[in-house]
Amino acid sequence: MTEPSGAQPGDLNAEGGHGAVPMSGVPTQNAPAEASRREWPLWEVFVRAKRGLSHVHVGSLHAPDAAMAVRNARDLYTRRQEGVSIWVVPADHITASSPDEKDAFFDPAGDKVYRHPTFYDVPEGVEHL
Amino acid sequence: MTELSASSGHLSDSAHADKSVYALRLGDDALIYAQRLAEWIASAPQLEEDVALGNIALDQLGQARSLLRYAGAVEGAGRDEDALAYFRDERDFLNAQIFELARGDFGFTIARMLVVSAYQWELYSRLQASTDETLAAVAAKAVKEVDYHRDHATQWTLRLGDGTDESHARMLAGLDLLWPYVPELFETDELVTTLATDGIAVDPAALEAPTLAYVDAVLTEATLTRPVTEVRHTGGRRGLHTEQMGFLLAEMQHLARSDPGARW
Amino acid sequence: MYGSDFTPPGDTSDDTPRIEATDLDAQFQAIIDSDGKIEPRDAMPEAYRKGLIRQIAQHAHSEIIGMQPEGNWISRAPSLCRKAILMAKVQDEAGHGLYLYAAAETLGADRADLLDLLHSGRQKYSSIFNYPTLTWADMGAIGWLVDGAAIVNQVPLCRCSYGPYARAMVRVCKEESFHQRQGFEILNTLSHGTTAQHAMAQDAVNRWWWPSLMMFGPPDDASPNSAQSMAWGIKRFSNDDLRQRFVDMTVPQAEALGLRLPDPGLRWNEERGHHDFSPIDFTELFEVIKGNGPCNKSRMEHRRGAHEEGAWVREAAAAYADKAAARAAEAPAA
Repeated sequence: MTEPSGAQPGDLNAEGGHGAVPMSGVPTQNAPAEASRREWPLWEVFVRAKRGLSHVHVGSLHAPDAAMAVRNARDLYTRRQEGVSIWVVPADHITASSPDEKDAFFDPAGDKVYRHPTFYDVPEGVEHL
Repeated sequence: MTELSASSGHLSDSAHADKSVYALRLGDDALIYAQRLAEWIASAPQLEEDVALGNIALDQLGQARSLLRYAGAVEGAGRDEDALAYFRDERDFLNAQIFELARGDFGFTIARMLVVSAYQWELYSRLQASTDETLAAVAAKAVKEVDYHRDHATQWTLRLGDGTDESHARMLAGLDLLWPYVPELFETDELVTTLATDGIAVDPAALEAPTLAYVDAVLTEATLTRPVTEVRHTGGRRGLHTEQMGFLLAEMQHLARSDPGARW
Repeated sequence: MYGSDFTPPGDTSDDTPRIEATDLDAQFQAIIDSDGKIEPRDAMPEAYRKGLIRQIAQHAHSEIIGMQPEGNWISRAPSLCRKAILMAKVQDEAGHGLYLYAAAETLGADRADLLDLLHSGRQKYSSIFNYPTLTWADMGAIGWLVDGAAIVNQVPLCRCSYGPYARAMVRVCKEESFHQRQGFEILNTLSHGTTAQHAMAQDAVNRWWWPSLMMFGPPDDASPNSAQSMAWGIKRFSNDDLRQRFVDMTVPQAEALGLRLPDPGLRWNEERGHHDFSPIDFTELFEVIKGNGPCNKSRMEHRRGAHEEGAWVREAAAAYADKAAARAAEAPAA
């Protein structure tokens, strides 16, 4: 096997779907100067798969405004009849719980076992409870 | 696909032929338009728009296939959708010329989509009531599709018309290029008048006022105005086309014709 | 000089990951060890984040550039049914690119930046798309072999450790199931069609077979980055394992098609329980990656051209959104 200079086989990563793309020496960010343009904002998309179900987050897309975002979402995320209703939300309008507070935020719920029906003893033979 | 029947027993032979021609006209409109729209795939201004234009092209192609299949069935000469699409020569294509005009820039594409989808919406919403069951069924499906195309064109016309100076100028240029080809959509002739009287077809002349009313309302909101021109190009319904048509057909048909009789 | 070198010209910022398993956040490692999913706002090693951005972005670029070789034949498809299928397929590829860019953006990347990196040639796309599509049979060979290889690569990614990437891949794989099948059907029709059609099919398979095998990357012993990638649950199987799986899967399909795979060394090895095949000459792959493939220049020119020609449209929509927002702000409150 001949290896041309500059190309080492170890630089190649094949798991990116269509395979054989170089990974070493490939930047992941642009110089800040190039990032100053006015780009379309990011929208998060939620789709209701069918009546009776909640909207579920399916991904995101870019659109200049809400009207186009909901249309782009229709074309992108429901090409195969995946939905009956769509929500779009500007990505920067979403407030999320902080992963740093994860323990303080969610662990206290862990010992409140009495919130679950399985906590309670029901005498044999009692139904509809 | 549902089997398309050509059984309208009481019609005369010439009425059958007329109906086949009518289906061919509408089918050719959609086929040639789909061919042009598909030229945007992998070339759109934004990736989301690649997907959107792909959807619209697929809708038009689907309508074309239903209509050509029906035209062939009514004709009764054994021609299927592919025989009609690939083995007719330019003079036998009956689409209005507006559909074959070169892809152009995105401004022209949106200008054409606005007019054409407004026209198709008016057409198909009426054709749903056709006494011909197949045409009515094709129209019922198509009207939902072109409703979305019209909406897409409307949204983009607003944004390009009332966007930047450049986009405004490009929309105006697109409309100027387009307008001489608009009146042909509303031309009527004996064939279509007869079919319309029988409740089979929709008289295109009746579509002019509502189509232009819709277009004008969008243009006004988009700070654009409809061009004023006396120039009219016509002939598509009689198989007379622009020079651009020959290249479109050459590209579309050459492979299918390279091995006639072969299955693909 | 796009697509021609591994070290981007003038790139002094060193954000190439140093892939070492040191200083990993304990929580991160615990999730990985328990085969759990990392989600966007979790703490993660910088090398994991950057490695993923790079991989997902280049995967997305591959989908987007991958529209061109097939888009090339939409206008010429030999039947209306094939035309519709091809349009839907190429459109899916745009969609898959978008799902993947969305996944990359959850890691703090910006899609416009990633596209800039593609357009300036600093990020790459799969070399397979630098080969030309010369005949209609290439639509079959791409679907059958190239998409077939991609599926073998992509299915394990549905279980990769990064949640948004895994979810995007689930969607992609579900949608792609028809892609390979339609390619097989095209070749099957041609192979059993006229003599000219059969020859066209065989020629396409001859041209696409080796590039498809190269899609799995270099042999394992020459793929040092794979170990870290596997430890992090991004990669699940080695290049050679996946390539072997693809060969074993494909050989009986070729027989069903009545087409020959162009490798005299290809034979069943009873002992291994796998097919043996000839050593792969990676020289060509490296040439294509260096930018010397038949279509490197034209693919990039087309992509950049579409982007640049679309700039006025994107600006117009942004300007309209600003105006509309200003109008809404001025309007008296109801």
